[in-house]
Amino acid sequence: MSVKSYRQALNEALHQEMARDPHVIVIGEDIAGGAGASGQQDAWGGAFGVTKGLLGAFGPARVRDTPISESAFVGAAVGAAATGLRPVAEIMFVDFLGVCFDQIFNQAAKFRYMFGGKAVTPFVLRATFGAGTRSASQHSQALYPIFTHIPGLKVVIPSSPYDAKGLLTQAIRDNDPVIFLENKLLYDTVGEVPDGPYVIPFGEANILREGSDVTIIAFGRMVHIAMDAANALAKEGIDCTVIDPRTTSPLDEDTILESAEETGRVVIVDEANPRCGMAADVSSIIAEKAFGALKAPIMKVTAPHTPVPYAPNLEAAYLPDATRVAAAARAAFTYGK
Amino acid sequence: MADTIQPITMPKWGMTMTEGRLASWLVQEGQQISQGQEFVEVETEKITNVVESLVSGNIRKIIVPEGATAPVGALLAVVAEPTVPDSEIEQFINSYADRAGKSDDETEGQAAPRVVAAGPHSLNILSIGDGDGQPAILVHGFGGDIGTWLFTQDALAQNRKVHIVDLPAHGGSAPSLEKGSVEELAAALLMAMDALSVEKAHLVGHSMGGAVALSLAQSAPGRVASLALIAPAGIGPEISSEYIEGFLNADRRKPMKDVLARLFASSEAMSAGMVENVLRFKRLDGVPEALGAIAANIAEQGKQKIDLKPALEGAGVPALVIWGEQDAVIPSSQATGLPAGVQVEIISNAGHMPMMEASSTVNRLLSSHLASADAK
Repeated sequence: MSVKSYRQALNEALHQEMARDPHVIVIGEDIAGGAGASGQQDAWGGAFGVTKGLLGAFGPARVRDTPISESAFVGAAVGAAATGLRPVAEIMFVDFLGVCFDQIFNQAAKFRYMFGGKAVTPFVLRATFGAGTRSASQHSQALYPIFTHIPGLKVVIPSSPYDAKGLLTQAIRDNDPVIFLENKLLYDTVGEVPDGPYVIPFGEANILREGSDVTIIAFGRMVHIAMDAANALAKEGIDCTVIDPRTTSPLDEDTILESAEETGRVVIVDEANPRCGMAADVSSIIAEKAFGALKAPIMKVTAPHTPVPYAPNLEAAYLPDATRVAAAARAAFTYGK
Repeated sequence: MADTIQPITMPKWGMTMTEGRLASWLVQEGQQISQGQEFVEVETEKITNVVESLVSGNIRKIIVPEGATAPVGALLAVVAEPTVPDSEIEQFINSYADRAGKSDDETEGQAAPRVVAAGPHSLNILSIGDGDGQPAILVHGFGGDIGTWLFTQDALAQNRKVHIVDLPAHGGSAPSLEKGSVEELAAALLMAMDALSVEKAHLVGHSMGGAVALSLAQSAPGRVASLALIAPAGIGPEISSEYIEGFLNADRRKPMKDVLARLFASSEAMSAGMVENVLRFKRLDGVPEALGAIAANIAEQGKQKIDLKPALEGAGVPALVIWGEQDAVIPSSQATGLPAGVQVEIISNAGHMPMMEASSTVNRLLSSHLASADAK
């Protein structure tokens, strides 16, 4: 056990799974190279350094650099998965997946169903997401609700280094297509991560904090904001539960509903745009299945229904923060009292 | 003594504890307390622990309210005789913050567990304490780890070296077992003693760790100074298959919480952190298989497959057996009919984990057992 960054945790999972199973390959733009590779390649290892060192350890046949051709290499990875490999494709920004929707939605997500369970598609698609890096509208979106909408895809949003390694390991060993989304601002966060391989099952929420007053459900980086808000609220005497569902598909409804029934006051924090987002989805599940337990309206803290702005002040205003989360939790807590 | 002001501070159990949540006060301001009286409950990463007072006097002022979290060493309350004026109490509280800062330096230098090579095994071992007493080795049970002894270790380390061991395939020790038998675990423990240059030690074992201690006493009698067995496996027929099977099968929080609740007489005391720690351990590659192999060696359909009663009869060293009366994993009725000379203590308000649920009582029993065994 040692302290590792979110980036190191992902890199370690890739190294260990590639060593464990020769069918695991990685494919994407600029992913080759890294420490130990010769010449110019040494500079790469992925746009965010997550695949560093894989080329040296596993060679060019299993670490495939591609041209700027997302539709081609995502399609190639889906095909490779259907025919026996376990590809991990890397897309620099989730925003670019628009050009490969058919490969993902209509092919990878459908094979198991349309071939009567006889086909498996052990395909992992890693991509970064999220605002806060001054990367403007086309490199900052939080598009996980779009993938969550499609039956046949599993969608993973790790919020900590421990979760990142265990969930990526599970994603690679899983026989279904997995969309694995990494918030750019989390890469340098650190935490305790076991050195050996381990898996975290999908559909198992993490309860980071238990309190009896308000339930805060948050996704990805928003989990940290929720914890900041909960710690501030604790000083005011408002005791919050903070739940990180870890995966949006499958979704751990039981944990969410159980806590909602206990507190009766719910805040959902989602970096995605509000229409048809995770906050809307989880809110509808709670309203439908735990209505009788609610003591206050379900509060949603999300981005507004706009593209991500480039201007720093506007981008800051766009993103949910701990102040907004705390205000929503306070409103839920005092409602009806 | 009469006019001294005594601080009551947030205790520290184990290395990783930096703060604790004050679950409840069992006394009120103005109330008289005596040394040894249970007076406050503190929530930790394992369970909510009832704390006994180290001092006697009047609770003059409670500083940290119920439900609040305070760092280790923080002033929780002040005890003094009623004759001490309020102004002096206030002055004491105000000046305490400066003094409290100093204790942080001590905790930073605290020992951390390290991995010790012991034959084919790499064992995670925490060594603390020092003194004239013979060293003690603490051995956890099935699925446990060094955290089992969170509330025990410091009390035993007052006048001796205490080695707290993660058995193979547990905690921070690698799953290096071939068969997963109790004999193999005992052999690993003996190799750990060699690696630590411990010629002879008191063995303190919980549940399966008790069976491991007995097995070691049987195979290497000269190396054991005394035996302290807490709800040990190996000396009676029954064992809960619901617990063992449930533990092996649970890979999610909710089923694991239900399984672990069986360990305690009062499961509300269990914290979410305990469940999460066990799950993290069970998720590691190789661990579920190793645990399955160990379980298959210990029990089958509610019956134990190991019989170490002869080892207890033939040990020839001071032996103490502690059992929680409400133990739902291995029934406390097995504590009856043990060989003459074995000290048996039944603790009424505890289940399978008396060293957590009744830590003060168990610490007193263990300390006096070790002291009298040292004297022999």
